[in-house]
Amino acid sequence: MTIPEALIQVLITGIKIFMIFNVVLVAAAYMVYAERKVSAWMQERIGPNRVGPYGLLQSFADVVKLVMKEDIVPAAADKFFHTLAPLISISVAIAVYSVIPFGNFITIAGRDIPLSIAPDLNIGLLIVLALTSVGVFGITLAGWSSNNKYSLLGGLRSSAQMISYELSMGLAVIGVLMLSNSLNLNEIVKAQSGLKWNIFFQPFGFIIFMVAALAETNRAPFDLAEAEPELVGGYHTEYTGMKFGLFYLAEYANMLASSAIIATLFFGGWQVPFLPEILGLKEGSLILVLLQTGAFITKTLVFVFIFIWIRWSTPRFRYDQLMNLGWKVLLPLSLANIILTGIGITLWDYFTK
Amino acid sequence: MNVKNNNIESKRLSFWEKLYLPEVVRGLSLTFRQMFKPAITRQYPEEKWIPEGSYRGRPVLVMEEEGERCVACGLCSRVCPAIAIEVQAAETEKDKERYPELFEINMLRCIYCGFCEEVCPEEAIVMSKDYELVFEDREAAIYGKDKLLVPIAQLQDRLEFLRQYRNV
Repeated sequence: MTIPEALIQVLITGIKIFMIFNVVLVAAAYMVYAERKVSAWMQERIGPNRVGPYGLLQSFADVVKLVMKEDIVPAAADKFFHTLAPLISISVAIAVYSVIPFGNFITIAGRDIPLSIAPDLNIGLLIVLALTSVGVFGITLAGWSSNNKYSLLGGLRSSAQMISYELSMGLAVIGVLMLSNSLNLNEIVKAQSGLKWNIFFQPFGFIIFMVAALAETNRAPFDLAEAEPELVGGYHTEYTGMKFGLFYLAEYANMLASSAIIATLFFGGWQVPFLPEILGLKEGSLILVLLQTGAFITKTLVFVFIFIWIRWSTPRFRYDQLMNLGWKVLLPLSLANIILTGIGITLWDYFTK
Repeated sequence: MNVKNNNIESKRLSFWEKLYLPEVVRGLSLTFRQMFKPAITRQYPEEKWIPEGSYRGRPVLVMEEEGERCVACGLCSRVCPAIAIEVQAAETEKDKERYPELFEINMLRCIYCGFCEEVCPEEAIVMSKDYELVFEDREAAIYGKDKLLVPIAQLQDRLEFLRQYRNV
């Protein structure tokens, strides 16, 4: 009896979804730990060190605490949207991982299995941009449905901020698209083989994308949506228990996704420069796949660290400064970047052909 | 008087400063260097802080070999702004003629001002280094002579401090 091809595909995709889902959630938990540890080191403290060796189980203790807490919904809140908002946040944050390639492909029993959930999606990068925009709904709905003016202000700020920075983010990516001629993230990675990383051709694009990514994920110095001195707790003021925990997880899942996308777009994703050629490894062999995934994870973690590092080094932007930076600086710069890239590519083609 | 105040308008930023990025990089380098400095955290229940002699912890009665120094004059009880001290005197065969039959300090009331120590003519009540004061109910917070009497050997730092600074 042969198993139908469709069933095998569903099974493979299911296994990949299961793996990535768990990896992302555990990674998000450990990023909370990393954030606390790194901030502690920067402030000459020790950080969590009581739960488990070196405090490694701290995040799980926090999750257990959050699950056991009472779930309070304010009497005046819109109950349906109040419950929906954290679900939107977390599901959108995790959905982004469906298009990120964490390796080229692995050959198991004569079958090439691409290492991403939706490998042949030719609009991969658009999906990423679209999903991160949907993430705004979670935050805005949370602010609105809480029926609390501070939450609403937090939600409003975050939506205004995300819409402003979405533009620069999208435009900053266009330079990368022009170089690789594809929206498929795996094709973009393949176009960067042999240390032809986009960072060397698109330094401005990278800086703009990095700043916009900080604003997109609501991280400091752009964390106006949760500015404690002004807005109590921001959009999640009225959330308790695991609903708050979901927002918290979503923030870190978003941060991880942004880091992974930066690594993919500008730092060659799973590309390991030169080493496979020297060792003569075959595409699809287990060792090469491990090497590629390792390289991808390392690059991602470097950016996670940079995100945390920036958070504990910079003061929060004022609202007008934020809007100035978004509309008057980043948007013209990203447009200029597209023009420069276009001129560069035209000149390159003219002189090499 | 028409003096122009030049401080009202803040200084315009130069182009280099307007870029923000150089300053951001400087800040980042500072926090990065900071990461490798040793932590100054004291992990409290395991590593305890031992205060100097000048520290005003819970007030205790000085106990010498032949018993407490206190002559139950009641001055500490009188001066206590929080009315935390209660003394009942009794007679004794010893040279000092009087001793406290009952000496109680309500540690929920005590504000650690050190007036009792200052007013004591016998240097019999002094502030100790003990800052770990935990009780499970209000009854337990009233310290009697059993808890207040501390051997003089443990109070040398405070007595030395008092000798140096009391009348300065």
